Amino acid sequence: MSVEPAPSAVDAPSAAATGTGAPSGSTRRRLPLTGLTALAVLILLAAVPLFVAPFQTSMLARMLIFALLAVSLDLLVGVTGLPSLGHAAYFGVGAYTAGLVAKYWTAAAPVPLLAAVGVAAFAATATGWLAVRSHGVFFLMLTLAIGELIQQLAESWSGVTGGDNGLSGIPAVEVAGQPLTLVGYVYWYVLVFAVLGFAMIWAVSRSPFGAALRGIRDNEPRMRSLGYSPFRYKLAGFVIAGAVAGLAGGLLASQQFALVTPADLGFTTSALALLAVAVGGAGSLWGPAIGAALVVLIRDVYGPDLDGHGTLVLGAVFIVAVYLLRNGIAGLATTRFRRRGPPPSDAAPPPDPTQGATGAPVSGGFRQNRQDGRQAGESSQRLDSDDPSSDPPNPGVKRS
Amino acid sequence: MSALLELRGVGRSFGALKAVDGVDLDIESGARHALIGPNGAGKSTLFRLISGEMAVTSGTVTLSGDEVTKLSQVRRARRGLAQTMQHSSLFLTQTAAQNVALAAQRHRGSARWLLPRRQRDVDDRVTDLLDAVGLSERAQVPVSSLSHGERRQLEIAVALACEPRLLLMDEPAAGMSLAESGRLTELVLALPRDITVIIVEHDLDVVFALAERVTVLHLGQVLLTGSPDEVRGSAAVQEAYLGSSTRGELFAPAASTPHSPQGRPKANVSTQGRPESSLGDAS
Amino acid sequence: MTEWFADNFVSILNGLAIGSLLFILAVGLSLVFGMMDVLNLGHGALYLIGAYVGYQFTGGVSSWGGFLTALGVAAAFGLVAGLILSVATEPLVGRGHLDQALLTLGVALVVAEVISIIFGDDVQNVVAPPGLNESIQVFGNTYPAYRLALIGVGAVLAVAVWLVIEKTSLGALIRASVSDREMVSAVGVDNRKVKAGVFAFGSMLAALAGVLGGPVYGARTGLDETVLLLALVVIVIGGLGSVRGALIGSLVIGQVESLGRANFPDFASFMLFGALALVLIVRPRGLFGSKVGAG
Repeated sequence: MSVEPAPSAVDAPSAAATGTGAPSGSTRRRLPLTGLTALAVLILLAAVPLFVAPFQTSMLARMLIFALLAVSLDLLVGVTGLPSLGHAAYFGVGAYTAGLVAKYWTAAAPVPLLAAVGVAAFAATATGWLAVRSHGVFFLMLTLAIGELIQQLAESWSGVTGGDNGLSGIPAVEVAGQPLTLVGYVYWYVLVFAVLGFAMIWAVSRSPFGAALRGIRDNEPRMRSLGYSPFRYKLAGFVIAGAVAGLAGGLLASQQFALVTPADLGFTTSALALLAVAVGGAGSLWGPAIGAALVVLIRDVYGPDLDGHGTLVLGAVFIVAVYLLRNGIAGLATTRFRRRGPPPSDAAPPPDPTQGATGAPVSGGFRQNRQDGRQAGESSQRLDSDDPSSDPPNPGVKRS
Repeated sequence: MSALLELRGVGRSFGALKAVDGVDLDIESGARHALIGPNGAGKSTLFRLISGEMAVTSGTVTLSGDEVTKLSQVRRARRGLAQTMQHSSLFLTQTAAQNVALAAQRHRGSARWLLPRRQRDVDDRVTDLLDAVGLSERAQVPVSSLSHGERRQLEIAVALACEPRLLLMDEPAAGMSLAESGRLTELVLALPRDITVIIVEHDLDVVFALAERVTVLHLGQVLLTGSPDEVRGSAAVQEAYLGSSTRGELFAPAASTPHSPQGRPKANVSTQGRPESSLGDAS
Repeated sequence: MTEWFADNFVSILNGLAIGSLLFILAVGLSLVFGMMDVLNLGHGALYLIGAYVGYQFTGGVSSWGGFLTALGVAAAFGLVAGLILSVATEPLVGRGHLDQALLTLGVALVVAEVISIIFGDDVQNVVAPPGLNESIQVFGNTYPAYRLALIGVGAVLAVAVWLVIEKTSLGALIRASVSDREMVSAVGVDNRKVKAGVFAFGSMLAALAGVLGGPVYGARTGLDETVLLLALVVIVIGGLGSVRGALIGSLVIGQVESLGRANFPDFASFMLFGALALVLIVRPRGLFGSKVGAG
């Protein structure tokens, strides 16, 4: 968590400007680095089709799609603290919607994707309304059941979805009337919308709303006493995550020779997305994206070499990740960072001597117009007479 | 002055046990009111009934003339009822400033805003409040690295960020050092008068330093409501607390020097026995 | 009404048979969860092990020797697997449901893949033992004798488990652990032993269910997921950690499955999860739920 820049924190401009040891200073210094890294990664990803063979390019496109699914799940698992076992349902809903729209209506660029996002958001609203009422393991089970229900729908509604055989014959996506048939163009199309989706999740996570989601994750009862209605925030988070998962599904359907099957919205896909989040590091957003790339790499690249038993390796990764990678890849990175810089608690500056003498901040901090003479008088009277109360505002007693 | 908070026949039973039984209470606007009582008296339960964390099984709760008996904790919070909690760990992974901002943005910012946004007035409010409770130097420190006393100070900043009309404080001085509880007392005394304060506290030094009215609860019922002097002088109160000991042992140090570091002690009833708030959890 | 009953008699019997099997499967999952707060997503894999053990030892030939050997071997497998899972989840206590779910899910994936490597992905049939592998007349309906036997076995096991849980001191210990784990360990009982015992017992039942279910569902890949979901639905409906809840949940789900499939084949799976959703809206902690698992 500490790698994140504080969304709504007081940025203490003086501390940043003078470069004191205050933690806010180090947060500031890291920011351009994060931005540069992101930019470098983006340029690298955009350059891929120019240097990489078509097969590997389409593999990377699949990684991007799965990464977007994992990042949207991270908004639930890592940011809001809602571990969903049925998140692939919205991914699949998006995929089927985009496929059907492209097949029977129009394949013109953003239309299938917009439809995918809309229908997935609707599905997430209808089911999330039920799911986010539950807590803990009930949420796990309920999302599992909802995911399964939607998979059953895809299987049994074969007239529309193609049933077990999946939805095939989806036409290539069209940009400005031209179908995108070259792998490289499809990849760029996927990249653009995956980056958009990622940016959306990132923005939500850094917004005041995202701060509220984190508050719910940390301490839901306390949020209630602050006047937040956790149900609404959790539902909104659930819908946003579902909508972005739907976008990822829509991108899946816009791939060349796309085939959407019930497995795309089934339990295994949900579990693998959860694995990507766990391996990558819940709550960091970029970690799950890397985790997703790893999962696709094992399943689709090394899987065929293992006679189709890539799942065996993934199962082993699950087990290892739970024991050895408690905070995922992102956690490893954070630990390394922490070793280099002083931990925040050690960076506490000494008490300010100017405040200790009079204890003035005690009354000075409140809105002046709310002050009435009585307390001001009384409190200063007490201050004069009592030694312990004129301690510095940052009491030296540190118990932990 | 009209009553800001009115309790009429408020009760809460857990099966056969009546934790709170027919409590009538009027808290005037601007009051500094303390709820005290021996362990198991129902203080924390009554506290939760007022905050809305727990529903009453009988009686009515009225806030500023509006009946709020049926309103949830969330709705009561939006009507200006804020609280500090005894066992709250706040939002552990976040910094002190983020904790206060979370409360402030709900009440004056835009908590529902979906894009990153600088909330200038929220930031200013956070700076002011952290300054007021003496945590401005610790703004960027995660709550998990704050000391116990600092977390209690932060609790107050978070509660004040809710812009309360009524501030409920559940044992704010529990586990505090002498210096820390002295500072707490000042803090509360310095609050503007348009914030009404109800404080549940074991530490009678703190109670008598802060409260203008004191309500003593015993076995879920109001034993006495009066000025600190009346409470100190009451034989019934003394009996409820100590059974047989003399009144002098209980109140003398507090009465003579409410704040003196030397004289403090032994009047602290809270240190023995389990925390009374576990009553609600048990059922 | 009587006409409807006559029309659906076979479905109701099927529902009872499914319910029996589900109870055997779900009671272990429910107790492990209720007692130890461990959500074991590997429970379905244990059933799968049992199903393939049944296939391995009967090998398509109807024989009591093979069937009973399969039951014995599956029970042994289940006991050992339960102990292993109990030890494996020990370091994760206090780390939340997600880590346990991920671990047991990983184990389930590995088990299912290993089985698919050994036995291939074809659907294998398991034959009921002699005397039970034929149909008999029940009130004018032809009905497989094995399913009737399954109902009987389910009833016997239900009574046995109920007696153990409700009437013995061991059962008292288990029930006490469900309602207050700290208290039980505070009075000097080694929590881990109780947990390992219940885990082993529940896993044994799951593996036995695999053998018992063989003649009905066969042995095939993907079965682990199906039965895990059914068992989860059962314990969510019945309430976690409750034997009575697991029994009633199993019977309800058995009937919903069977009657639903017979009468509304297109909507059967919706009815299943519709029932789940309905129960959770009305009684969020299940029909017989305690406070367990709220965290």
